[in-house]
Amino acid sequence: MTAIQPLADPSVVEAALDEGAHEQWRALEDEVAADPARLGRVFPAAARKTGRGPLPGADGVLLEDAVRVSLVRSAARSLDPEALLAELREVYRYGDSDEKRAVLHALNGADDELDGTDLLLDALRTNDTRLVAAAMGPHSDRLDADAWRQGVLKCLFTGVPVSSVTGLARRADRELAEMVQRYQREREAAGRDVPLDVQVVLDACAASPEQNRQKDS
Amino acid sequence: MRIFDPHIHMTSRTTDDYEAMHAAGVRALVEPAFWLGQPRTSVGSFTDYFDALVGWERFRAAQFGIAHHCTIALNPKEANDPRCAEVLDVLPRYLAKDGVVAVGEVGFDSMTVEEEKAFVRQLELAVEFELPAMVHTPHRDKEQGTRRTLELVTESGLAPGMVVVDHLNEVTVDQVDDAGCWMGFSIYPDTKMDEHRMVAILQRRGLDRVLVNSAADWGRSDPLKTAKTGAAMLEAGFSADDVDRVLWRNPIEFFGQSGRLLVDPDLTDDAGADADSSPDSSATFEGNSILRGSRD
Repeated sequence: MTAIQPLADPSVVEAALDEGAHEQWRALEDEVAADPARLGRVFPAAARKTGRGPLPGADGVLLEDAVRVSLVRSAARSLDPEALLAELREVYRYGDSDEKRAVLHALNGADDELDGTDLLLDALRTNDTRLVAAAMGPHSDRLDADAWRQGVLKCLFTGVPVSSVTGLARRADRELAEMVQRYQREREAAGRDVPLDVQVVLDACAASPEQNRQKDS
Repeated sequence: MRIFDPHIHMTSRTTDDYEAMHAAGVRALVEPAFWLGQPRTSVGSFTDYFDALVGWERFRAAQFGIAHHCTIALNPKEANDPRCAEVLDVLPRYLAKDGVVAVGEVGFDSMTVEEEKAFVRQLELAVEFELPAMVHTPHRDKEQGTRRTLELVTESGLAPGMVVVDHLNEVTVDQVDDAGCWMGFSIYPDTKMDEHRMVAILQRRGLDRVLVNSAADWGRSDPLKTAKTGAAMLEAGFSADDVDRVLWRNPIEFFGQSGRLLVDPDLTDDAGADADSSPDSSATFEGNSILRGSRD
C-alpha cells in the first residue's frame, strides 16, 4: 500500500463525466485494482475512454490528468513503494507526453517513501513546458540544490510560470539569484524583454531563509 | 479554408513551415512514420523516433495551433533490414496511444518477400487495434505494387474503407477506387502529382474517399500544397464547400474511424479567415472544452 494524493476531488471528476464515460472510468479503476500490472495497459486509452480538457471546478487541472492519477492511486493501494515506482517508470518510459505528465503529477502527490527523482530529471531535460512544469511540483523537493536551481532557470527560459514551482520561497538562495541575474543581464544586453517572473524569483531569493542563512555563514 | 493535411512529415520541417501552414489554414495533420533518408540500424532508433511522434512533435505543433496526429509502422524500405524487423514487436505499445490514427506507412518499396511479410503482419495489427491502415505505393512499378497491395488488403479482412492507398496517380487511381479503398494523392512540386492534375481527377471521379496531402518531408516538397490544391479547385469552379470536404471533412471522416482524433471535427475557428492571425495553441490541442473520447 502506497499513498498517492488525488489531483482533483473524485466528486469533481465524476461531475465532469457523462454516464458512459463514468462507466468506462469505473471499469478502468476496477481493472487496475484487480491487477496493478495493468496500469501500463489502461493508461494510454484512459483519456479517449473518459474525456480530456480543463476540469471544471479544479483550477488548472486537466480531466485526463486527474483520471490517470486516480488510476495510479488504485494501483498504489496494493503495491509497496518500490513496486509502484517500478510500474511508474515503465509507464513513463513508454508513455506519450500526456501519460508522462500524469506520472509526474502522481509523483507530486506521493508520500516520502517514493523517490522518482530520475523521472523528474528526465522531464527537465525535455523542452516540453507541460513536462517541465509538472516536474517542478511538490516532488521536486527531492531534487538536489543544483538540479532544482537549473529547473527554476529552465522555467524562466521556457516561459513556465514560476508560480508552478514548489518551494520557491523556501529554497531560493544566493546562487539562484546570481544565476537569474546573469540571465537578466544577457536579456538586457540583447535588448530583449526580461520576463516578469525574473523579479519574482529575485524577490524570493532576497527574502528566503536560505539566503539569510548563507549571509550569516 | 480549414485544412487537415493527412500526410506530412513535420519532423523534417522547420517552425517557419508551421507558421506558414497555420496562416494558410492548416489546423490538423497526420505525420506517418517513415524512412528518414538515412537508414536506421537498430530497434532503439525506431522507438526514439516513435516517442518523438507521440511526444515532442505533438508539442511542437501545438505551439503553432495545429493538432498533430501520427501513424506508426515499420516502413517497407527498412522492413528489408533484419536488424530493424524486430520493430514489429514493439508496435503494439505505440498503436495503443491517443493521437495514433492509423497503422502506416506500410506497403511495398521493392516488392520483396521481407516487405510482404511485414506488410501482412501490420495489416493484422490494424485489424487487432481497430485502426485504419495507410499504405504507401512504390515509386517504381507503381501499378504492379498497387495491384498486389489490394490483394493483400482483401486477404487481411480489413474493410476497404479502413484503408488509404497513397501516392496515387492517373494510372493507379481506378483500381484503388474500384476496390472501395480511400485514395491518397501527394501533391509535389515536380514528382508524384500536381494540383492541376489533381483537379482533373476530382472533376472526373468526384470527391468521395479522396485525401489530398502535401507529403512534405526532407526532400524537395511544399507544405502548402494542400492550400494550393484548394485554390486550384476554386479556380476550376469547385465550391468552397467542395474544398472543405476534400481538405477537412474527408480526412476527419477517414481518420475519425480510429476514435483517436485530437481535434474537434467541427472546428470553426479563424482558419484561413485572416492570414495574419497569430497562432493560438489553445484553439485546438489544449482544448477549450472537454472533448469526449469514443465510447468503445
